[in-house]
Amino acid sequence: MITVKELTKRYARNTAVDHISFDVQKGQIVGFLGPNGAGKTTTMRMLTCFLPPTSGVAIVAGFDVLEQPLEVKKRIGYLPETPPLYPEMETAEYLAFVGKLKGLKGADLAKQVDYVCDRCAIADVKTKLLGKLSKGYRQRVGLAQAIIHNPDVLILDEPTAGLDPKQINETRDLIKSLAGDHTIILSTHILPEVEQTCEQVIIINKGKLVATDSVHNLQNRARGAESVLLEIAGRNGDLDRTVVEQRLAQIAGVSRAQFKTNHGHRDVFEVESQKGFVRGDLARAVVEAGWNLNELKPAAMSLEEIFLQLTGEEAQASASELVSKGAH
Amino acid sequence: MRNIWIIWRKELNSYFVSPIAYLLLTMFALIFGFFFWNALGYFVLIGMEEQMRGQAFPMNLNEQVIRPLLSNASVIGLFFIPMITMRLFAEEKRTGTIELLATSPVRDLEVILGKWLAAVTLYASMLLFTALNFAFLFRYGNPDWKPLAIGYLGLLLQAGGLLAIGTFISTLTKNQIIAGAATFGVCLLLWVLEWVSGYETATWAQVLAYMSVITHFESFAKGVLDSKDAIFYLTVIFLGLFFTTRSMESLRWRS
Repeated sequence: MITVKELTKRYARNTAVDHISFDVQKGQIVGFLGPNGAGKTTTMRMLTCFLPPTSGVAIVAGFDVLEQPLEVKKRIGYLPETPPLYPEMETAEYLAFVGKLKGLKGADLAKQVDYVCDRCAIADVKTKLLGKLSKGYRQRVGLAQAIIHNPDVLILDEPTAGLDPKQINETRDLIKSLAGDHTIILSTHILPEVEQTCEQVIIINKGKLVATDSVHNLQNRARGAESVLLEIAGRNGDLDRTVVEQRLAQIAGVSRAQFKTNHGHRDVFEVESQKGFVRGDLARAVVEAGWNLNELKPAAMSLEEIFLQLTGEEAQASASELVSKGAH
Repeated sequence: MRNIWIIWRKELNSYFVSPIAYLLLTMFALIFGFFFWNALGYFVLIGMEEQMRGQAFPMNLNEQVIRPLLSNASVIGLFFIPMITMRLFAEEKRTGTIELLATSPVRDLEVILGKWLAAVTLYASMLLFTALNFAFLFRYGNPDWKPLAIGYLGLLLQAGGLLAIGTFISTLTKNQIIAGAATFGVCLLLWVLEWVSGYETATWAQVLAYMSVITHFESFAKGVLDSKDAIFYLTVIFLGLFFTTRSMESLRWRS
């Protein structure tokens, strides 16, 4: 549905987007992830034909953004970072205006306005002035205008920014319910959002593409070897950590066993092993040694860690600082 | 065409749901009404004096009332035009709604024409109120309607040109005040340029005087449709709108 090849946007002084390439399949939700200023908005603006790329190709819904912008614009819905609302218009009036701009008319237009009002739960503010709406409503009206002409591709720039947690959840659910009919790209700098809503992630940093994969694969890939967390307590409360480390390291398949943190009387050890199932062996070894096994869980890498790992040393340093602070 | 109409309606709508349109209409009607009252009072006074002296000096409503009033209207218009155009694009840029227009399947030119036509429509409705004054002349007097119609055509053409310039200036900034002030400055300058012809006859002075929008209105005020002057105004309209399209395009490249 979307094909981007070597897309680049250069300004006088800096390069906002630097040779980015990716593909998005029909019906997918793709998370566009990166820190502030990474080039997310610029990329989205190029996909929506708002900004022309300096070089490279972007094909959206089958049309080139430079060659046939009008055809692209007919097939996309776009929610910019701040919803593009006219404060002096009423909700329904505004949606009708946008619908007309997108080429809807007559009965079709009225039907679509009603449909998006229902879909985005804004039917109760149809006759209210947009300038008087709360942030959550404004965001949903913004979403409603993006889907009014039932576009093939939806491009949402930070759709949950500035909302309260309840509104964030509602908006995410709404976006998820829109997938399938629409191909969706949403940008965010909030990682859990991607984990919760998206199937595919595109990570960019400083204008460069860092990674693109499914959320699941990315977690696996970054994890590499399997890693398990064990929470162990000695029977009488005292536990020799080096003994535990040595014992765990002896188990076949374990490449590394290391003390990690301490929760009261219980110590947490991290065990890295080759792929395969060593958890049973670990549990048996701990119990046989006479210690109490309180918890055993896979140490799945969160996207946060992947993100920091991928976006470079600098970020990683500050992250490890955070972790060590948390430990003390 | 349909898109121009959609934009036109939306712009007119936002003029008329806010106090802007009503304020402009009221102020213009008041000021013009005051001018009309003065012109008529003076006309009546002269008429009475003529009668008392017993001389039959030819009195003419067209020459002595309508013509100066039309010239006045063209000057008053200069002060109102910045207030009409300053928000056209500056506001859309400030609130970010320009992104909606720029990513909808609408051509830049359609957006520009829609907005400009809405501005012209608002100005035309301001002129409509002034026509009320002239209606009294027709009720109680016997002026010729043709020069008046040509005068109104001139007012519209002149305003069309200045509104196009204002539209262009509005694309240059996010700040309405800046857009308004700059447009006002340009309007004022285009008005007073003609003054140089008072003391200088060199070519440069002639060129400057030619660029003055007021000079070209004189023929219209007289009730003469001079194609030279009409073409001047049409050129200003065309250039103003052309620069607006260029500016919209460069907006995308810079942004």
